[in-house]
Amino acid sequence: MTQRTATLHDPQSAPAADDGLGPAELAAKYGLSVSGARPGLAEYTRQLWGRRHFINEFAKARTAAQYTQARLGQLWQVMTPLLNAAVYYLIFGLLLGTSKGIDNFIAFLVTGIFIFTFTQSSVMSGVRAVAGNLGLIRALHFPRASMPVALTLMQLQQLMMSMFVLVAIVLMTGETPRWSWFLAIPALLTQWVFNTGLAMIVARLGSKMTDLTQLMPFILRTWMYVSGVMYSIAKMAASAPHFVRILLDINPVAVYIDLMRFALISSVTSSQLPPHVWASAVGWAVVTGVGGYIYFWKAEEHYGRG
Amino acid sequence: MAVAEQQTTLADAPVPVTGTSGSQVPTVICDDVHIVYTVHGAGTGKGSAAAALYRLVSRKGSPNVRRVHAVRGVSFTSYRGEAIGIIGSNGSGKSTILRAIAGLLPPESGRIYTDGQPSLLGVNAALMNDLTGATNVILGGLAMGMSQEEVRSRYKGIVEFSGINEKGDFISLPMRTYSSGMAARLRFSIAAAKNHDVLMIDEALATGDRAFQKRSEARIRELRKEAGTVFLVSHNNNSIRDTCDRVLWLEKGELLMDGPTDEVLKAYEAHTGK
Repeated sequence: MTQRTATLHDPQSAPAADDGLGPAELAAKYGLSVSGARPGLAEYTRQLWGRRHFINEFAKARTAAQYTQARLGQLWQVMTPLLNAAVYYLIFGLLLGTSKGIDNFIAFLVTGIFIFTFTQSSVMSGVRAVAGNLGLIRALHFPRASMPVALTLMQLQQLMMSMFVLVAIVLMTGETPRWSWFLAIPALLTQWVFNTGLAMIVARLGSKMTDLTQLMPFILRTWMYVSGVMYSIAKMAASAPHFVRILLDINPVAVYIDLMRFALISSVTSSQLPPHVWASAVGWAVVTGVGGYIYFWKAEEHYGRG
Repeated sequence: MAVAEQQTTLADAPVPVTGTSGSQVPTVICDDVHIVYTVHGAGTGKGSAAAALYRLVSRKGSPNVRRVHAVRGVSFTSYRGEAIGIIGSNGSGKSTILRAIAGLLPPESGRIYTDGQPSLLGVNAALMNDLTGATNVILGGLAMGMSQEEVRSRYKGIVEFSGINEKGDFISLPMRTYSSGMAARLRFSIAAAKNHDVLMIDEALATGDRAFQKRSEARIRELRKEAGTVFLVSHNNNSIRDTCDRVLWLEKGELLMDGPTDEVLKAYEAHTGK
């Protein structure tokens, strides 16, 4: 312990008054930490795990509040994906005829749209995860990663509603329940991890670059058109150069859409899937999930400032 | 930490703490803190799309960005069990220094050390306006790190303390329907439900009615007894006199005076000509 002498406490020169210790030494002695410093990755993860109930409740409350202003209320959770599917069926199935050569095009299209929407809405809510919750972030202290995680969890809950619609549509189009339907569960889980990582990346970007909210819809629409949502990549890109084909196949959203179609639609067989499809599904989830988490944590102390 | 040793060393010092134990454990140390704001969208310069594009192409910084030196070299140390009032005219940097202590604003130079995580309760610290008061209580508690059981057991106490339900069942209405006073009361009740090492209150009590102010002052005294430090920003000198034993007087971002409540308030009132 440092040599100390009893001195009169003079508030005017308070920091140095405590026995001649400098502010930094005094802070070190009593175990004070620098305000607003970022905790280590392990400690941060522990804090985040400690807030799991908060994350869950936040997602539930936000879902419940989403449609309170609309007359039809929670019915919109089912209506929105249904109407989306109807619009795309009208344009791509009936008017443009991209359905040629695809068995059970309705199930094919609806699966693609629902799975793409999951990633799309995760990204869109991720962009606003920090900027849209500034009140909460400035008022209370919690690991900020709770926000993007809670928002993607909310999208997962939303997707569960869509999955009921999807199963109903798939059954109506003449599919019969098979054991392979259970493959939908690992497919959804890996996609959720991927989405969460992606949401954390755009959350950090969006907290600084507010222009991203305006730009994101265009990026996402481009992404949708190259992901084989309303056409079959295998048929469309049959004559494309090899590297284009690989790029299209490795696109994470296309991977997750392929897996879900493979799980639910009997005419989509494993021979139509790109090679190593499960490996790339897990790979994307791990790389984006871990990478996004670390990337978000790196700027933890900057969220809500300014 | 060696509590006994601190007590013997500091026993003869004229302690600014009254009514609490004499141990002098620092909770917040500000060491020559300077805070500079970067303000976007300041001034009335060219705001057209063409001008913005030109700036982007020519890689010039926006002329609308201005730097405001809000806090200039503030140093002080607060100890456990203290309630510290912060006074000064509007725009003197009171809220800014609190936000820096809470870790929400980085100091330009100097350092702020804190014991644990300080909580700031500000006027415009809205929670979630589209959710009901009840949901806000639960989410607020969970976000502060309470367990589900803790939130459940304290829920009734929080609602009762806020007095939101005194005039009917308002707790089940969305928070956007609350008056500013009601919202401030609920926010304070949620934040005060937890024992904080350092709690900072930024005029959050100003909008509450007299009965609620009395209740919250009692709660502030309780928090101090639980060995926390409370900072209170207020323009109401009486409320500072009732709750605080030490006062910091900020003016133009500088610490003008730091001492016992009566002394500083007397000087402040003389200065403002009351």
